[in-house]
Amino acid sequence: MLHRLTHMVSCKEATRLLSQAEDHRLSHMERIKLRLHLLACVACSRFSRQLALMREAVSRFRT
Amino acid sequence: MPYYSRLDPAEGTALDASDFTVELDRHRRYLLRVAQLQLRDAAAAEDVVQETLVAALSAREGFTGRSSVKTWLTGILKHKIVDAIRQKQRQPVVAASFDEETDLDDFDPLFKDNGAWQAPPADWGDPENALSRQEFMSVMEMCLERLPPNTARVFVMREVLELETEEICKELTITANNLWVILYRARMSLRECLERNWFSDPARA
Repeated sequence: MLHRLTHMVSCKEATRLLSQAEDHRLSHMERIKLRLHLLACVACSRFSRQLALMREAVSRFRT
Repeated sequence: MPYYSRLDPAEGTALDASDFTVELDRHRRYLLRVAQLQLRDAAAAEDVVQETLVAALSAREGFTGRSSVKTWLTGILKHKIVDAIRQKQRQPVVAASFDEETDLDDFDPLFKDNGAWQAPPADWGDPENALSRQEFMSVMEMCLERLPPNTARVFVMREVLELETEEICKELTITANNLWVILYRARMSLRECLERNWFSDPARA
């Protein structure tokens, strides 16, 4: 368990999880892996904020 | 002259109806853009928008003012588009190109072999800066138009029309996994396109 928890996902995997999180609830393990990755990774944290910005932009496009 | 100006407004509500008609017409271009992005067919897009406006006009008592007219119209458009997709379902072309666009990950040029970014995302600065600019919205629209056709269709269904993922899978007869791949591709391409065409300009970030 501890081994799996500390096993970091790659940026490629993290971006997939972030995208999937927009569409369905991630598993408990996926959320933990993602959180750990984001703590350590500036690039993916940026990516995460950019996803939020795109979502907001689309919602303004609509309303 | 808008096509529905031929319709006689109900007696006694003439002013309301014509105001409402003007209001609906203001959103026509937006509805056409969304329909065009989704259906990729100018004639079909024109049809669903006409149907949407006719439905809106005849249901104007149903408009409570709780949401904006645009949001309300988007909701009607959503149903008209789903109907149009159901009618088009016979076309085998759609399925074939979906396979191409969901072709999985063996090579992803955005990442190195070890899964790290080839070129990490840039700092986009304060989001409000971009969001409050009309030009930014135009760039976003251009980026949406550049997506591969089916990718754009799915993205519009999910993000603009806000259909549930199960519903999209059902209407387009694709698997949930295909859907996630398509949405992932759409978001990655949009992100890159916005970064290249908007955020790389230092005057804007």
